[in-house]
Amino acid sequence: MSAAAAAGAAAPSAAAIAAAVRSGERTAGGVLDASLAAIAAGDGEVHAFLHVASDAARADAEAVDAAVTAGRDPGPLAGVPVALKDNLCTRGVPTTCASKILDGWVPPYDATVVERLRAAGAVVVGKTNMDEFAMGSSTENSAVGPTRHPKDRTRVPGGSSGGSAAAVAAGFVPVGLGSDTGGSVRQPAALCGTVGLKPTYGVVSRYGLVAFASSLDQIGPMTTTVADAALVLEVIAGHDRRDSTSLAEPPPPAGRSLDRGVEGLRIGLCRELVDGTAPDVAARVREAVEALAAAGATVEEVSVPEMRYGLSAYYLIAPAEASSNLARYDGVRYGLRVDAPDVASMNTATRTAGFGPEVKRRIMLGTYALSAGYYDAYYGKAQRVRTLMIEAFARAYATVDVLVGATAPTTAFPLGERVDDPMAMYMSDVCTIPSNLAGHPAISVPFGSGADGLPVGVQVLAPALGEERMFQVAAAVERAAAERRGTAGAGEAGA
Amino acid sequence: MTTPAALGRDDVAHVAALARLALTDEELDRFTGQLARVIEHARDVAALDVADVVPTAHALPIRNVLRPDEPEPCLDRDTVLAQAPEVEDGRFKVPRIVGEAP
Amino acid sequence: MSGEWETVVGLEVHCELRTRTKLFCACPNVFGEEPNTNVCPVCLGLPGSLPVLNEEAVELAMRIGAALHAEVRPSSFYRKNYFYPDMPKDYQISQYDEPINVGGHLDLPDGSRVGIVRAHLEEDTGKTAHLGETGRIHAADYSLVDYNRSGVPLVEIVSEPDIRSAAQARAYAAELRAVLVATGASDGKMEEGSMRVDANVSVRRAGAELGTRCEIKNLNSLRSLARAVEHEAARQVALLEAGGVVVQETRHWDEQAGRTISMRSKEEAFDYRYFPEPDLVPLAPDEAWRQRAAAAVGRLPAERRRGLAGLVGEPTPAQVDQVQAVVDLGLDELVVAAVSAGAPATLALARAANELAADLEAALALDPGSFAALVVLEARGELTATQSKAVLAELVAAGGGDPVSIAAARGFESLSDEFLRDVVGQLIEANPGEWGRFCEGEDKLAGFFTGQVMKATGGKADGKAVAAELRRRRN
Repeated sequence: MSAAAAAGAAAPSAAAIAAAVRSGERTAGGVLDASLAAIAAGDGEVHAFLHVASDAARADAEAVDAAVTAGRDPGPLAGVPVALKDNLCTRGVPTTCASKILDGWVPPYDATVVERLRAAGAVVVGKTNMDEFAMGSSTENSAVGPTRHPKDRTRVPGGSSGGSAAAVAAGFVPVGLGSDTGGSVRQPAALCGTVGLKPTYGVVSRYGLVAFASSLDQIGPMTTTVADAALVLEVIAGHDRRDSTSLAEPPPPAGRSLDRGVEGLRIGLCRELVDGTAPDVAARVREAVEALAAAGATVEEVSVPEMRYGLSAYYLIAPAEASSNLARYDGVRYGLRVDAPDVASMNTATRTAGFGPEVKRRIMLGTYALSAGYYDAYYGKAQRVRTLMIEAFARAYATVDVLVGATAPTTAFPLGERVDDPMAMYMSDVCTIPSNLAGHPAISVPFGSGADGLPVGVQVLAPALGEERMFQVAAAVERAAAERRGTAGAGEAGA
Repeated sequence: MTTPAALGRDDVAHVAALARLALTDEELDRFTGQLARVIEHARDVAALDVADVVPTAHALPIRNVLRPDEPEPCLDRDTVLAQAPEVEDGRFKVPRIVGEAP
Repeated sequence: MSGEWETVVGLEVHCELRTRTKLFCACPNVFGEEPNTNVCPVCLGLPGSLPVLNEEAVELAMRIGAALHAEVRPSSFYRKNYFYPDMPKDYQISQYDEPINVGGHLDLPDGSRVGIVRAHLEEDTGKTAHLGETGRIHAADYSLVDYNRSGVPLVEIVSEPDIRSAAQARAYAAELRAVLVATGASDGKMEEGSMRVDANVSVRRAGAELGTRCEIKNLNSLRSLARAVEHEAARQVALLEAGGVVVQETRHWDEQAGRTISMRSKEEAFDYRYFPEPDLVPLAPDEAWRQRAAAAVGRLPAERRRGLAGLVGEPTPAQVDQVQAVVDLGLDELVVAAVSAGAPATLALARAANELAADLEAALALDPGSFAALVVLEARGELTATQSKAVLAELVAAGGGDPVSIAAARGFESLSDEFLRDVVGQLIEANPGEWGRFCEGEDKLAGFFTGQVMKATGGKADGKAVAAELRRRRN
């Protein structure tokens, strides 16, 4: 086990840091120093960060410490260092989406989540690596090189929010923000061994999140504990008048539901989220469900057969929206321009040089799905399949409170293994996509490890705005994982 | 229910042009193979008879989100233009435009 | 194939809405500012920005719908995808399959009716200036883009192909402009691009199927519209009569050259890939709001014309023109007020139609009571037409006043009949040749004598009284 990973295991939670800073026991400046030191020591190998904003972070920390000195409450995330995925706009700090086409772009405004984090006392440490424009499941599609798994440098951290997941798993920061369009928060969280949450669509404002697929994108936290995920969500959730798809009311705060236990809850072990996953992953999921049963929940096996259309529907809808969202990168107003004699040639030269192969694939796929003659067969069908998926979930939630399954079909896979096989890479998202299509919340909680010793994530899914119940079950899974660590020791048996 | 024909090289060349992407012959071959596999996978969806199902554009049923007609401050022009590849006379400069807007 | 050629026209009118802010962001919606000063992340299409719909734009769109007798429906926004540097997102947000207003019609002053297909909301583009040797787009070396106009709310009003001539096309656009101004949705300033017209023109033998149409862009005045339709129809007829075929295409109106030019040479195959805009939610105004919007529509030109014509009774063709002019000028309320204050309708109408256009802004501010008092004085014969017009000019300049004291200050008093008879008698004696020819039937010499009388009286004589005296003496 590496030094970084060891540090990660020992790193205090966001809640503990905030409590210490608010009480004056620690300073935000001191917390920041520790974070920057860990990054300086470990990120050369991990490559979680694209940009460390030391000066801006210092200013944030000083503001928090000044508030404490003055006797003002700096907020629930006082002094908590946060890493932001590089598709979240930060005023005065470069935001590139790990793409050559946005190289050097400095947004003139902050994303709503960034404003809310700062208002709650958080300290923005820097911007993290990702698959270009959030398109990918391994962070290998970054134009500036991949992020490496903190526990095994030959493996991927997952993606697309691989940089934020790795930064948390490596102990650089207690909180990372990612965006989840088809699993881009939950899948890297599972692979890196952190908690990763995708809230209900509309709970967190998308204003300032560089769009990939607008009807699916949702920002979510990556943390070391379920309680921290709930805490960060409470800070970033809530209506935003700048986002038309922002819900009027956030879900009720998790609060004491985390400690409530699962007695009497009805848990559905979702067959489609276990079948087809690797045997060691499936074994962990079944063990987690058994632990929930042992804690007093009623467990039944549930099937949501429409989930099998999820991958196809997703790989029509997401690229279609992306093809339109990414049209604006044309070399006229910001970012890269490659000169050419006329404007259309300039657009083409710029886009051809500025986008990597995966982004080009998705743009072309989406353009095809929307183009004349194919709309009804592809995009139109996929939108109807979304309806089927929502109806199928509703039937399942008529009999159970939450669904439980795997987050990813395998543990972290070797760098380069799937990069030339898009279809194999796309399969990494098969367990996470259904929640995005339905707009439902889901969370990945670390639960033991696979045959290779790498983390496994168990996913808890809930109906729209069912975050409270979801957190309640996730906390129980987390407790079971801790108990299991205590009894099973380090050597993890495969299935 | 009929499904559309498999995706071919000409389709990829067409969508690349629509999306303002230039492909080499080698890229065209490679992308055609890769995209054809994704489209092949999507034929399960394309083959579904879902004519009676209402499409979902938004997962959540929200309507009538409106903003009052009240001005707010604009961005500083120098900040805006500082990000541009080329500027002249307070405006964004682009090479000559061939063809009218549709 | 026989029969006369018939021109068939459908118009697409883009109307900029008179809101304070843009359609999807809070930047001011104003014309003529320094380039790129009214911009924000949303209307610049910066990464991460999101649109939020302006309530007032919806209100104005519904008023337009009510004024055009359209059905207001639940609607949605779509993305129309194509690359163009004046469009910062490289897609336009527009209502495609589900427009807010469907159907309707517009009645023209000549009694004809033009059907409306739809009137939907969409965002405007930025403005591109083409620089180089000639300033023309194809000869330009480069272009400069200003996004101040980007995101300004538009309603696009699409007519049925019910229009049959250039004159009718012009009348439709003029009437539509008057309607848009009446609803409060538009300032109607074509010269500032507040209203822009594209014309779909085709020709056919009477009674035949519709011909292939061409869309003509860049029609920035009513005059351009009429000329372009005229020229394009003639071009198509000439082409067909020479055995050619019309190709469906977009053509550009060249105002200087007075002809339409094909844009075909470099035209791409457009595939707009419309799909529902995922950043916006459906729009479904409730019944109460729809009714409020309809109630907020001012009196429409057709109704106002009917009202004025009703005051006259059975208007002559000249009076019909006066009615239209007065309504176009927005002076009908002045006339109505004058009539209810006792002024005769025909005279009030004539004075408003003919004397008040010069300084319309002042005329619109004129006190109706003063106007009424003046018209009454003139109708009673206490002022001649010439005197009345002079007093009216003074009233307009001052915003109102007492016409009696203005007339007195100017020394305008009506001449006694006896004095007038003496003056006419003296002039007949002084001009025996002209009098002889007048008596032999050369009527136009009445004007000569009237002029002489006016000269002799310093313009105080009543022209009608002079004419009556001349006729009396001849008989």
